[in-house]
Amino acid sequence: MAKLKDLAAIEDRLVAGHGMCIGCGIPLIFKVILRATEDPLIIANATGCLEVCTTIFPRTSWNVTWVHSAFENAASTISGIEVMYKALKKKGRIPKDKRFKFLGVGGDGGTYDIGLQALSGAVERGHDIVYVCYDNNVYANTGGQRSSATPIGASATTSPAGTQSPGKIQRRKDLTKVLVAHNIPYVAQASPHRWQDLYNKAKKAFEVEGPAFLNVLCLCPTEWKYDESLGIRLAHMAVDTCVWPLYEVENGKYKINYKPKEKKPVLEWIKTQGRFRHLFKEKNAWVLEEFQKQVDQDWEELNKLESL
Amino acid sequence: MKKESWKELTLGTINLDAGNSVKNLTGTWRSGKKPQFIEERCIQCFFCWLYCPHFAIEVDGDKVRGINYDYCTGCGICSVECPTKEKAIVMVKEEVKLFEERAK
Repeated sequence: MAKLKDLAAIEDRLVAGHGMCIGCGIPLIFKVILRATEDPLIIANATGCLEVCTTIFPRTSWNVTWVHSAFENAASTISGIEVMYKALKKKGRIPKDKRFKFLGVGGDGGTYDIGLQALSGAVERGHDIVYVCYDNNVYANTGGQRSSATPIGASATTSPAGTQSPGKIQRRKDLTKVLVAHNIPYVAQASPHRWQDLYNKAKKAFEVEGPAFLNVLCLCPTEWKYDESLGIRLAHMAVDTCVWPLYEVENGKYKINYKPKEKKPVLEWIKTQGRFRHLFKEKNAWVLEEFQKQVDQDWEELNKLESL
Repeated sequence: MKKESWKELTLGTINLDAGNSVKNLTGTWRSGKKPQFIEERCIQCFFCWLYCPHFAIEVDGDKVRGINYDYCTGCGICSVECPTKEKAIVMVKEEVKLFEERAK
């Protein structure tokens, strides 16, 4: 079991001076994930907060090989790189026994919506890559438009709450299950506040032969509208209310990594954030009910899948 | 910072100076509050190091040494997450901003 002190002794692969928001949740995730492998790392980054904030030309916050091409094709880029390294090894340009790790990174916009086709193709082709999605439920980088990861009832600039609208009315997409349906060796969902769990999952994902996918909850004080110092408290709440269950699927076998002793009502999660504030109006009560129903359904289904 | 012309830039604007964003002092964003580290209360749990979004917690071996105000943006996560009864990191008022201090 890794200790935080040991992790802290490892050199940073993502360094200070990046332009991410005050209290942003992305660096917390990558601080842990990038330490989960000792091998040289090549990263392909989809357009998104992480890409924009870490590489403001002529500066870069990356200490590893890093490439950005476009919004939709981080997965294609990283799979191409993986094949190129294979070819270089075949040609003898790189020693055959030298190990490299390939990491694709995208936000929920670049993964759930725009990059889904590329990601689906890359994992279907069976490249030895890891793809990490940091899911903050919204297109935060472009000013807070709704994405398919935005939960029901959340107000975003393209699904604003108003006199007639209760915010987004559609159910959020369950991308983790979409990836499970690809029958790849490893799929997991994690949260930054349980760093040990996140670290283990990242380690497994890097070690597994073939494609692996991690979906990590990402805190976003700017778009979720909460006091930025309370970020980690919110992550606790998301997991305790089962809005964001922590589980992994290894070769088709489900395992829930954390079951809250007492499943809290979704209200506890909703009342912490400004984006849900309008839900407390009487006319929007049905959205709250619907939200709770969806979370209960998903949690029940997950428990059933685990017991299979 | 001098801006390079297109003739001087590397092909494909490849950046060979890895990790050069450390020159960008995010500490100038702080507005009015900053964390203060109280060493004798610290139990060396490293949670502040883990949860700091701007890599501002200075660590030396297995000890937390303090806060790097060049990068600290004053979000306060470290103070909230500090698990000791009497917090080893407390938020205090900051009168003089970093860039004003440097300008002196």
